[in-house]
Amino acid sequence: MDVEREGGRGANQLRPMDCTRSVLSRAHGSASCSNGETRVLAAVYGPKAGTKKNENPEKACIEVIWKPKTGQIGKQEKEFEMILKRTLQNICLLTAHPNTTTSIIVQVAHDDGSLLPCAIHAACAALVDAGIPLKYFAVAICCSFSESGHILLDPNKLEEQKMKALVYLAFPSSVRSVLTEGSENGEESAENGIITSLTHGVMPVDSYFQCLEQGRAAVTPLTNILKKKLQSPSPINQSAAA
Amino acid sequence: MGTSTNGKVNDFSSDMEVDAFRRLFPLRFHERHLAESIRPDGRPLGKARDTTLVLGAVASANGSALAKIGCTTMLAAIKMEVMAPTVEAPDEGCIAIEFHMPPICSPLIRPGRPAEIAPVISKQLSDTILRQEIICHYLELSLVSGKAAWMAYLDIYCLDADGALFDAALLSAVAAFSHLQVPVVSLNDDGRIVLISEDNIAAMKEKEPVNKEKRKLKLDSVPFSLTCVLHKNHILADPTSEEESIMETFLTVVLDSSSFQLVSLNKPGGPGLAHTSAIQECVELAKLRVKEVQKIMNEATSDMEQD
Repeated sequence: MDVEREGGRGANQLRPMDCTRSVLSRAHGSASCSNGETRVLAAVYGPKAGTKKNENPEKACIEVIWKPKTGQIGKQEKEFEMILKRTLQNICLLTAHPNTTTSIIVQVAHDDGSLLPCAIHAACAALVDAGIPLKYFAVAICCSFSESGHILLDPNKLEEQKMKALVYLAFPSSVRSVLTEGSENGEESAENGIITSLTHGVMPVDSYFQCLEQGRAAVTPLTNILKKKLQSPSPINQSAAA
Repeated sequence: MGTSTNGKVNDFSSDMEVDAFRRLFPLRFHERHLAESIRPDGRPLGKARDTTLVLGAVASANGSALAKIGCTTMLAAIKMEVMAPTVEAPDEGCIAIEFHMPPICSPLIRPGRPAEIAPVISKQLSDTILRQEIICHYLELSLVSGKAAWMAYLDIYCLDADGALFDAALLSAVAAFSHLQVPVVSLNDDGRIVLISEDNIAAMKEKEPVNKEKRKLKLDSVPFSLTCVLHKNHILADPTSEEESIMETFLTVVLDSSSFQLVSLNKPGGPGLAHTSAIQECVELAKLRVKEVQKIMNEATSDMEQD
């Protein structure tokens, strides 16, 4: 598939990704994630005692606060908050800290497309940095479907606007899970499932499954990058050592 | 209570009243039903609740509909106003969509504090209805290029929230659009747009109405949706609020009624994962449901025309 993309990228080529943890000193856990020009900062506070009203006290409660780059929080941000919250509910071991609340604050520093995947990575990295027990990592990707039927991965803002449809997907990372729950549930392993799916725009059903396949192919390389970035020492620790 | 240690459900349920069992072990209660491929309300897993649709429920609105899926009730109404179009799009009208959840609809919603889910459903409805001009072309809402266009205010009120809110909201919204009667307007001597009321036929003869033909919006393809709950290997179509709160993984498929193209496939996280086979099954269920809802909608429209 020959598609002209800005910066000479191939259809399946992702933008350079970076992830740094422990960027804030006061937060219990923090991380900054960038994906090309898109940049998101996440901070974790908690687990704090007690859950919010109407939440199950037998499980940990997760609270997400989304801060846009400028202006007031709107419907779009509310939707991202809800999706991020429910995605994190999937990856966290909620029974490990019952009757507690963990707040995740997401601050958008720059939006140049694929914002939600970048925020999911930042939130996961911040949770890891805070030492919150996770089942696995959420690896997210944005696929876009063009008028001519091409699928481009990780579109930037300009490409997002030109595209016919967008698919945001979050997969569990390809790290072997310590839980055996997935294996006893059936023949399908956790790696085949999706945590989150969000689409914008009309597309044929088959194209959605095509996007799913292409997105899934990117999970293993993305997992490896994130793992490597998280293993490297944080900048605060480095300066302390020096 | 020694039976709890060996994990056998049977021992428990036999010496306990059904209602008590349902309240104390809601998940087990539902899982025992699922094992028998039936749901507590007697439905098979893949069947949606009874759906009714009444058009023209609000007399003062230009278009309105009351949709009921089981107990979930949604009232949608459209009000049309004339506005000046933007400079960038002089030939386009505008649709503003708002979803309301008043405290009457659910015990979980307290007065004074807006429901968290309401703006999210509002956003999803706008995305579904406005994107790709599924419902209508904005061009149809134009009156005089660059001078006047229609602004449609669509408000959807949730009267009873018993699960699958998005499905019911979308159905009521689409039905309200199908019932919409665009008011007749004409240009007066100052070049302003004035409404012509139905009883003022004389005025209609005097001045040529601007929109003689465009009284109804063309609806060639409309979106319909189906929400499914995923629990282990089971797929439950059209969950009630009880099912939604116990099995928290759900997936909403929105399909186009004419070409069955995918308008939206939304799975907002949740404790479970969705496998490709399960997604395919949900899409198949949604296809069947779209045909069913289309039939209900056609019946409601023909009933309306007879009246």
